[in-house]
Amino acid sequence: MFRKNLAAKLTLVPSAVVIAVCFYGTILWTFYISLTHSTMLPNYRFYGFGQYLTLLSMPRWHTAFANMLIFGSLFIAGSLVIGTTLAALLDRNVKAEGLFRVFFLYPLSMSFVVTGLAWQWLLNPTTGIEALVRSFGWESFQFNWLASPEKAIYAVSIAAIWQSSGLVMAIMLAGLRGVDSDIWRAAKIDGIPVWRSYISIVLPMLRPLILTCVILLATAVVKSYDLVVAMTGGGPGISTDVPGKFVVDLLFQRANISTAAAAAILMLLSVICALSPYVYIELKRQKR
Amino acid sequence: MTATPLAQSEASIVHIVPHASKTKPGRVLLYIILSLAVVYYAIPLLLVISTSLKTADELRSGNIFTLPQSLNFDAWTKAWLTACTGIECNGIHGNFWNSVEIVVPSVVFSILFGALTGFALSQWQSKLSRVMLLSLMLGAFIPYQVILYPLVRIFSTVGLYGTLPGIILIHIIFGLPYMTLLFFNFYQGVSPELSKAAKMDGAGFFTIFFEIMLPMSVNVLVVAIIMQATGIWNDFLLGLIFAGRDHLPITVQLNNIVNTTTGVKEYNVNMAATFLTALPPLLIYILSGRYFARGLAAGAVKG
Repeated sequence: MFRKNLAAKLTLVPSAVVIAVCFYGTILWTFYISLTHSTMLPNYRFYGFGQYLTLLSMPRWHTAFANMLIFGSLFIAGSLVIGTTLAALLDRNVKAEGLFRVFFLYPLSMSFVVTGLAWQWLLNPTTGIEALVRSFGWESFQFNWLASPEKAIYAVSIAAIWQSSGLVMAIMLAGLRGVDSDIWRAAKIDGIPVWRSYISIVLPMLRPLILTCVILLATAVVKSYDLVVAMTGGGPGISTDVPGKFVVDLLFQRANISTAAAAAILMLLSVICALSPYVYIELKRQKR
Repeated sequence: MTATPLAQSEASIVHIVPHASKTKPGRVLLYIILSLAVVYYAIPLLLVISTSLKTADELRSGNIFTLPQSLNFDAWTKAWLTACTGIECNGIHGNFWNSVEIVVPSVVFSILFGALTGFALSQWQSKLSRVMLLSLMLGAFIPYQVILYPLVRIFSTVGLYGTLPGIILIHIIFGLPYMTLLFFNFYQGVSPELSKAAKMDGAGFFTIFFEIMLPMSVNVLVVAIIMQATGIWNDFLLGLIFAGRDHLPITVQLNNIVNTTTGVKEYNVNMAATFLTALPPLLIYILSGRYFARGLAAGAVKG
């Protein structure tokens, strides 16, 4: 019995070690560090949940977490609406569909750093759109979101939507292509307008795909780091800070690894929250 | 994940025709909206390219939307060879080759490792292998920040921190979940009769993998190469933390050059550097076309 599939089992040993040590062992390690009072090097004496209290008393953490929620809801809603709309439009038997797809998808091939720098250039008040409109004679025109602490996070959201709405478009278009043409015929016979059919009949049918998109976008939100670093560096001040950047800064610049570990654990909990509807549905599906 | 490959879309157009709206104004509006969307998506890249072709004088006199007067590649040369990060003025060429040095072995080994793991999991199905599959799937969603510090400690203990093999190994580790799932899904669909027949003929596990399965998986391999090559080229965080000074990838150097606070900002040079960094993944995207979209659907877990 043991000899059966022996080669396959042995092949899996390195992967099993990597999974156990590098993914799950490190999570436990980080969790333990979050319960200590470590600064630059780990100090393994148990300290309790004090770091979580420290974290919750830090205004910078509140900014970072609030930004994650603002950025996340705008990014997810924006990408879903734009991506789904484009998919529905392309689904209307459009000529040169392939060419349109090239444009909608290419941002996905590029690094978030590149995206961030390109949009930084476009939205920079002294070089970008604001300067352009002012040069036309509208001297008081204002579009300085990147320079404004209240609005900079919205500028980041615009760039992120630009980068990722193509992903939603691709997933939803594939789903729309799978819709039975009988449904369309029936809707047409009943005299239901096309846009109504999309909203009331077709999109509800594609609920699993929409959920997939939401999960993908939501985990991207929690992980977000590069885009913010490249586009705003977290600024002006700390106004566009996000948890991902907060943790890296505390780990490698501020030498405060236990508070960073506590923040990282809260990031993990956020991912688990984002994933739970998916896991729940999967489990329900498997039971059936 | 559950998305149908986009390749099928062409075939299904035929079935869609019956419900396509024939009203003229609607069609016009449709194309207007799509064209506006094209403008929205195209402008940032066009501005990067156009700015990179301008001279310093043109930058000062015009606005961002004025086209460059001639094709002037001086900013490209400067970005490549002598752009400064505040301390050093070596451009991005060294980091470009660093990225190549990181990407090539990382892609080869992460695919090999993932394909073998995926194949082994498809061959041996039991409770334990399902646990492994599930932990891999969840592993794909763990934010890097949670496991970054322990990995730095482990890597520095074994002397890999800040070395080329170290950053390659990190990419192999982080590629394991996606690559395994991708290949597992494919090998799952291959008829079990095939490996049974091969086993009858006395072929072992590795013979079956290397001589039958791997040659069969060309399509998946292409998708995997595209996913990993673009993903690792575009990586920023792992390169920043693990690569070490001598092996910094181009994305990190690009950010250092553009967001450096010392000196006068040379936007044309910055945009040239940005474009040179974006070029390899863009070329992969343009050249691989349909495969890129397929990789997107397959690797959608990657986020």
